[in-house]
Amino acid sequence: MANLEQFRAETRAWLETNCPPEMRKPVANDSDVFWGGRNTVYSSEPQRLWFERMRDKGWTVPDWPKEYGGGGLDPEETKILRQEMAAISARLPLSSFGIWMLGPALLKYGTDEQKREHLPKIAAGLIRWCQGYSEPNAGSDLASLQTRADIDGDDYIINGQKIWTSMANFADWIFCLVRTDFSAKKHDGISFILFDMASKGVSTKPILLISGKSPFCETFFDNVRVPRSHVVGTVNRGWDVAKYLLQHERSMISEVGERRGTRPLGQIAANSIGTDEQGRLDDPMLRGQIAAFDVDEAAMACAAERAVDLAKAGQGHPAYSSALKYYGTELNKRRHEILMSAGGIDVLEWESPRSNEGLTARSWLRTKANSIEGGTSEVMLGIVAKRILDLPGA
Amino acid sequence: MALVLNEEQSMLRDSARGLISDKAPVAHLRKLRDTNDAIGFSRELWATFAEMGFAGLLVPEEFGGSGLGCVEAGVVMEEIGRTLMPSPFLSTSVLAATALTRGGSEAQKSEYLAKLAKGELIASLAVDEGAKHRPIKTAMQAVRSGNGFRLNGAKAFVVDGHVSDLVIVAARTAGKPGEHDGLTLFLVDPKTKGVEIERTIMVDAHNAARIVFNDVEVTADSVLGEVDRGGALLGGILNVGRAAVASEMVGISEEAFGRTVAYLKERKQFGKLIGEFQALQHRAAHLYTDIEITKAAVMKALQMLDTDFDNTEAAVAVAKARAGSTATLAVQEAVQMHGGVGMTDEFDIGFFMKRARVCQELFGDTAFHAEQLARLKGY
Repeated sequence: MANLEQFRAETRAWLETNCPPEMRKPVANDSDVFWGGRNTVYSSEPQRLWFERMRDKGWTVPDWPKEYGGGGLDPEETKILRQEMAAISARLPLSSFGIWMLGPALLKYGTDEQKREHLPKIAAGLIRWCQGYSEPNAGSDLASLQTRADIDGDDYIINGQKIWTSMANFADWIFCLVRTDFSAKKHDGISFILFDMASKGVSTKPILLISGKSPFCETFFDNVRVPRSHVVGTVNRGWDVAKYLLQHERSMISEVGERRGTRPLGQIAANSIGTDEQGRLDDPMLRGQIAAFDVDEAAMACAAERAVDLAKAGQGHPAYSSALKYYGTELNKRRHEILMSAGGIDVLEWESPRSNEGLTARSWLRTKANSIEGGTSEVMLGIVAKRILDLPGA
Repeated sequence: MALVLNEEQSMLRDSARGLISDKAPVAHLRKLRDTNDAIGFSRELWATFAEMGFAGLLVPEEFGGSGLGCVEAGVVMEEIGRTLMPSPFLSTSVLAATALTRGGSEAQKSEYLAKLAKGELIASLAVDEGAKHRPIKTAMQAVRSGNGFRLNGAKAFVVDGHVSDLVIVAARTAGKPGEHDGLTLFLVDPKTKGVEIERTIMVDAHNAARIVFNDVEVTADSVLGEVDRGGALLGGILNVGRAAVASEMVGISEEAFGRTVAYLKERKQFGKLIGEFQALQHRAAHLYTDIEITKAAVMKALQMLDTDFDNTEAAVAVAKARAGSTATLAVQEAVQMHGGVGMTDEFDIGFFMKRARVCQELFGDTAFHAEQLARLKGY
């Protein structure tokens, strides 16, 4: 315990010295988020400094082994680092699907060679990854995917189409689910494979969304040649890797309930609507909605914390992240509905400096995908019903 | 601190569960109700509870208790919630033990705490006056009179007030209803002249009382804590009580839910187990998630009461608000998914619905605590 307290004190002091003041404010727009990659551009000098200092400590991936560019911290230390970062509203130094999704899967299923090749580059933000899971006709029924990989000597030849590939147009590499056996049952013929997005035959096309933005793409593979050694885990057993990775994705998405650096809803609403003589929000119904939301959000933060503690105590259930993903994303949608109510007419302007180019409205629209991406709320409830509650049928 | 029970706490849970499920299943409450039992709980079982160290769980060791914390009290309350065992655990072992330990003079502690730990003294907390829990609106008067005070007023919803050997009463020595300052807590012997107690048979077949105080004379020694400044002490006691009741509601929610899931796996309709229907699966999965999130919030509040007592208001408000809404949902879904049989008195599930309703009101319902949170957050 004494060691942990010392670690906390040292971490706090280090963050105090090394986190630039500009990196302790909520991100204002997409360009404020640092994603790394081959064609990386820093939006500001403080962003560069913050990233490089954290990278040098191994704290872009604090809980990964040091040999792969991580910080080698144990779970308690990682929790303390996160708490101390949250306490000063420090931004993430590096946002990365490599960190959140691929990394944990490679640590568990990758060969030594794959780990040595990819993990340090993820930690150092050198390669930006995207995820090739969804397909146009698969949707929630992910395992019905049809992108095919046919053996040709030492290579696979990949043909097919992916959809909802987040930021594929900026990605350097893709981790991708492909069908390697069409005769097997649908979960048993899938492989998990990695390849360079610069390979011949790969093309991407952004999809315009209701928010007016396009974080997502359609991605096309036309005779893309990939070495067979790029398969992670066992050929035709890619579903295991995919499921493991999804758990991490769901934990990540459920953490949208844990917002750091954003102002409390009550305060945002008070600034917009005003308060009565007693300092109470001048809209009792909205005040009630916000209070009810704050209760649930605080409880959700406790549950996210407990999920980590349960896992550490060996009492976690692999499907637990589905429950939290469901709740966290529904909660985030609720938050944004309240933000729209609180902002009223002012946040309805789509293109104006007054509304910061429709920032609130665009975010509100973006959150509607929370309960679809990474498995819909209905799929999450189905998983909880079958895997945790052991209810009968299908 | 990790939000999971440690080994000692798990052992405590197992021993409480063993005793309670064995000696006081729901049938125990049903029998007390059906026989119009004179006191509404079993003195014999309470004695066993005391022997096992539960009565004095929060009493410091120097006064013969176990000197444990709110997390442990919550563990026992959760088990009580699972079978709805009626007992003076909340009134005496949680509320009175907290009140005396935190606010009592040395003389008061030595007079009461040892007896309390032995299960020989039953005590209650008298706060509410109106239809809803509003401690700040306390109107009962305590006027200085000679060396002591004269109490006038009426209290309702005094849990175990009908069997108490000691009543802890909140009254106004100054200020007006609605004002923070001016509250004082008194230790009153219910046999004192002018105290009238009416046992109120409640919807949940648990015990409460209405107490009227008519010119009740008490000495200055009966003041618990400081005169005029009882608000903070009362707030602390209530917060422990709220977290404890929230734990009971977690127990109620889990038990009602567990019975419901079991029923979904055995009941057939349209030639299928009803648990195969997606409409019911999704509602069950939602309820599971809701309970898990509430459990975490309640555990957080209990841990904070043990480690950071003075900064627990928000965490307790979150816990009690969540527990109230979760238990309400759990019992409603339980009755609905059980269908007609869930509406029958013969079937136990209705007992959970009634108790959840009482727990929801006790020490502030979901709306009260959401309001508290809004106030604490300054909007």
